[in-house]
Amino acid sequence: MTELLQQLINGLSLGAIYALIALGYTMVYGVLRFINFAHSDVFMIGSYVGFYLAPKLGAGSVLGGLAVLFSAMAACALLGVIIEKLAYKPLRNRSTLTVLITAIGVSLLLQNGGQKLFGPNPRAFPKLFPETQLHFGELTVSSNQLIVLAVSIFLLVMLWWIVHRTRIGTAMRALSFNATAASLVGINNDAVISFTFALGSALAGAGGILYAMNYPSIDPLMGTLPGLKAFVAAVLGGIGNLPGAALGGLLIGLVETFISGTRASTFRDAIAFAILILILLFRPAGLLGKMRVEKV
Amino acid sequence: MKLFLRTLALLCLLCAFAGCGRKEAAAPGAATPIRIGEFSSLTGREAGLGQYTHMGVLLALEELDAAGGLLGRPVEVIAEDTQSKAGESVTATRKLVSRDHVIALIGEGASGRCLEGAPIAQAGRVPLVTPSATNPKVTEIGDYIFRVCFTDPFQGTVMAKFARDSLKARRVALLVDVGASYSVGLAEFFKERFKADGGEIVAEQKFAGGDKDFRAQLTAIKAANPDAIFAPCYYGEAGLILFQARQLGITLPILGGDGYEAPELIEVAGAAAEGAYFPVHFSLESTDTRSRDFVQKFTARFQKPPTGVSALGYDALMLVADAIRRAGTTDGAAIRDALAATHEFSGVTGRITIDSARNAHKPASIIRVRDGRFQFVETVAP
Repeated sequence: MTELLQQLINGLSLGAIYALIALGYTMVYGVLRFINFAHSDVFMIGSYVGFYLAPKLGAGSVLGGLAVLFSAMAACALLGVIIEKLAYKPLRNRSTLTVLITAIGVSLLLQNGGQKLFGPNPRAFPKLFPETQLHFGELTVSSNQLIVLAVSIFLLVMLWWIVHRTRIGTAMRALSFNATAASLVGINNDAVISFTFALGSALAGAGGILYAMNYPSIDPLMGTLPGLKAFVAAVLGGIGNLPGAALGGLLIGLVETFISGTRASTFRDAIAFAILILILLFRPAGLLGKMRVEKV
Repeated sequence: MKLFLRTLALLCLLCAFAGCGRKEAAAPGAATPIRIGEFSSLTGREAGLGQYTHMGVLLALEELDAAGGLLGRPVEVIAEDTQSKAGESVTATRKLVSRDHVIALIGEGASGRCLEGAPIAQAGRVPLVTPSATNPKVTEIGDYIFRVCFTDPFQGTVMAKFARDSLKARRVALLVDVGASYSVGLAEFFKERFKADGGEIVAEQKFAGGDKDFRAQLTAIKAANPDAIFAPCYYGEAGLILFQARQLGITLPILGGDGYEAPELIEVAGAAAEGAYFPVHFSLESTDTRSRDFVQKFTARFQKPPTGVSALGYDALMLVADAIRRAGTTDGAAIRDALAATHEFSGVTGRITIDSARNAHKPASIIRVRDGRFQFVETVAP
């Protein structure tokens, strides 16, 4: 029983990070209908920003840690907007396939540029927050895991509030519903798209910091695997659907953790993806996604 | 006009290539260097391993050159990077053997990648000495493949013995990287010996190289209630395993293989590295004068202390140099025979005698991480 609860906590803290990254994929898909493959590398940049800023901002205390977290989010938001302006905006009226391939190109640029700029070797990520182990009976929870959960929940609530309770959020939803109609009623589509990228990339930056806090060894290719898992999570939850992405992330994290703890641990990814295929067979639009009829 | 320019450009290019060829052709002069190839993981996941080995090789090279080279010719080491990736060793060794025509190879301290490159050396009849590939299959590839380190059966046995006798462990859990021949081999030999000595393996968890999350496996291990954990892998994963184990409240001793030895282990794991035990080929605290001398020279040259693989890299090149001297020629077969006949060669990692299976036999020093540094515990012979 204790083991089960412990695995549950492990799975939740891993899943929360997948959820943060998955939200970025799903938001961009919601407004632009394409998968931003460079997203997982923005996640990597987030942890490198943390790596370089940590000594300067006084990491190790609660305030210093938060300062690092928010500056990494800000830096990633900026990077997201720049990527959108330089790479995707000129292709706005081309087919999504063109944009998709451009996204893969941006991803490769960030990975290899990262290897050149940061060096290809794994680096040790510094401590951001004071760390203690909390014991509940036989359960052990590290304060880092709690921080991951708390920050993720906070960001999810903030995101929900922005999307559903602000003017720009309403504009995002309008754009996602029908871009032409949105611009007809006076919404500045370009500004909304930029904002969407900024928001998604900021979440990826936060994910990068939280991931590096729990797995303190970072390298320029670190984004690939979590990025892939988060993409799967977004599809699992129903791409384009925000609560779906969060749910998908948590699910993938939990499934992975529970399988890793058994004898079948090497089949972890195989089983996780088999579950994905099963779910998509029965619910082709994902867990929370709505089927929509494509007009030809 | 355009055509003329193009032809001219082409001609220039051809001349340039021809020029290259001519330079190569002028080889048989007395001062052409003896070329030795090195292939190691200079970048990527195990860059620490490759870099430290390379520094050892460099130090040996500089000493050889200062002493006037070999057979009256200067020595040159051509280093190739395998990027810690599967497949790259093949490319690197092919290039060294067929394009650079090296007369001997030193390389790849990681067993998996050495197993890729060694068949090419064997096929090209170029003697290969690996500094730290400990998997037994490496030297079984052929009669041109040698090593200056101990082997996995030896390491696994030594750690099993150490766990049983010195740590008094009766129940041990294994955490194995199923993607690395090094890890799988060590775990097998550990299990064999530990069981034969009456110990019990209470859990066997697996992961794949490159994984970063070990919490699930460690939680399962914790539930099995062992006395110690044996997690043979390289320092990258080892650092994260130690970090996460201590986060989960696991205070047990965690045992590993020689792949733990890199400063990065302590950098990543921090205080969590305390209580890690592993065997090394060479201890910085060794009292042997040759070893002390090496540590001093290395520290003066690179501004940081060496690791075990630096000493092995140094010994590997020195062993090859010794064989070339005894062979008196740069002929591959003659160097091979000289290497095979190595007896009581005095290296910085100890006296090296190459046996009939082309392995070096030496006792292992057990290291414990204490107060953020590698501390010598004891010497264990199998």
